[in-house]
Amino acid sequence: MDEATVRKVARLARLKVTDEEVSRLVPQLGNIMQFVEQLGELDTDNVEPLASVANIDLRLREDDVTDGGMADQVLANAPESMEDFFVVPKVVE
Amino acid sequence: MTNLTHLTLAEALKGLENKDFTSVEITQAHLDAIEGMRHLNAYITETPEIALEQAKASDERRAKGQAGLLDGAPVGIKDLYCTKGVQSAACSNILRGFKPEYESTVTQNLFDEGAVMLGKLNMDEFAMGSANTTSAFGNVISPWKRKDGSNADLTPGGSSGGSAAAVAARMALAATGTDTGGSIRQPAAFTGICGIKPTYGRCSRWGIVAFSSSLDQAGSFGRTVEDSALMLQAMAGFDPKDSTSANREVPDFRAASLNTSVKGLKIGIPKEYRAPGMPEEVEQIWQQGIDWLRSEGAEIIDVSLPHTKYALPAYYIIAPAECSSNLARYDGVRYGLREEGEDLIESYEQTRAKGFGDEVKRRVMIGTYVLSAGYYDAYYIKAQKVRRLILNDFLSAYEQCDALLTPTAPSAAFAIGENEDDPIKMYLNDVFTVPASLAGLPGMSVPAGLNADGLPLGLQIIGRQWDEEMVLRVGATLEKAANFKAIPEMVESKLAA
Repeated sequence: MDEATVRKVARLARLKVTDEEVSRLVPQLGNIMQFVEQLGELDTDNVEPLASVANIDLRLREDDVTDGGMADQVLANAPESMEDFFVVPKVVE
Repeated sequence: MTNLTHLTLAEALKGLENKDFTSVEITQAHLDAIEGMRHLNAYITETPEIALEQAKASDERRAKGQAGLLDGAPVGIKDLYCTKGVQSAACSNILRGFKPEYESTVTQNLFDEGAVMLGKLNMDEFAMGSANTTSAFGNVISPWKRKDGSNADLTPGGSSGGSAAAVAARMALAATGTDTGGSIRQPAAFTGICGIKPTYGRCSRWGIVAFSSSLDQAGSFGRTVEDSALMLQAMAGFDPKDSTSANREVPDFRAASLNTSVKGLKIGIPKEYRAPGMPEEVEQIWQQGIDWLRSEGAEIIDVSLPHTKYALPAYYIIAPAECSSNLARYDGVRYGLREEGEDLIESYEQTRAKGFGDEVKRRVMIGTYVLSAGYYDAYYIKAQKVRRLILNDFLSAYEQCDALLTPTAPSAAFAIGENEDDPIKMYLNDVFTVPASLAGLPGMSVPAGLNADGLPLGLQIIGRQWDEEMVLRVGATLEKAANFKAIPEMVESKLAA
């Protein structure tokens, strides 16, 4: 884990990081990654990955409209909205 | 009149049923207790108007003979649960002020059974922490103090620190929590109360702010095994709105919690939990628990869970990976904090930089890293494979025994500020709770005794998938044998005053 990697990951994660944060994160994230490297000791070649313990097949339901028509509620917590829309900063020049 | 805040939930329900007191009275008694204990910072939002209104409605229902399972009982709700019209911030600045337009399934279930909500309880930000020191709303202070007279403020554990402190300090009869890697069991152990995390899928996750979706599970805190069972009874059940919610009958948890016979049961003691450097007092309380169960007629069996040491590193890949994905939704567009930037990307970056605390940022970054191109197989898939090995360990152990007994945490509560210098040190708090989380198994912590400093120590019972009844039964047996009656001194002195 070096400064360049931390900056790259921060960018991917959409987190603005200051220089001071980067120098703090390098050893912290490095230690965590070093800790998890222990898994390399295990031979897992013939092991099936376990994504969920739920043992449930995703249920299907009728393709019906069951909800909606509540723009007010959907927008109630929006930082900025106009009519029935979320307002975002300009994305196209 | 008896002090209403010192009743157990079961006693309070009996008293309400017998008309010894009203819900309004017991609710008001708890609201007063909350006011007197504000310095612990257990509640971040108090909802006295809602509580008294619900209590009044409960009294009316009782008068008509229409009481639900928890009718009129005042409880606390972890801030991770969305509660309609009441701030649900997951104790993060990014959600400060967020008032959901909907109610989580679990809280709705509680209200349907007549429970009264006292307020929202403090927690680690997005449930990421083990000491309740990552909350954007300040630390929670445990009602317990060391006997040495140092008066140091201790942690109630985390992430459900507010829930644990509130129940221990008699500010709620019971409370909800959530447990991803130990967030119910470790705080229960630190504060001398009971806490149960049921099998993954037993409670709906709908309306609970997501941290790590394959691990997150709702559960309950109570001062007795029966109280935790009663709460869980009301919370649990199938919910079509959660795709991982199990469509199966909820057993009679309360009946299980009243069964204190373990005669003929086989209790497994996993040798890998005898970690090097384990404090003597933890070793002793574990041995005490083994002796109690043996003298009650259980057969004690040594079992092996050979991949135990890999559970924590696997967890610290899987949980951050899922967290980075879940927390991608905080973009400052639809709800929560928004910081302006030069363009949309910068707005996201500024919003998230300002809205998330340090521990959340670390986990988002670890998660982003292990999921990024070129690392996905080496870390994320690897961790999922190890997760399978950990599950298989438990499955083989349960061919030989009915439940497992372990310590809940590797130490008693520590002072606020300790273990903060290195994230790994904090993560090690969950070394005994994380394996059962990865395997989706039910686990419970029951208070077993006090250490030399006068602080509670807990024992953990881990059961088979869907076998909370066994967990409660063994828990109730330990509870009876331990006869744990200690109350934090500050609570006791309040009672005397």
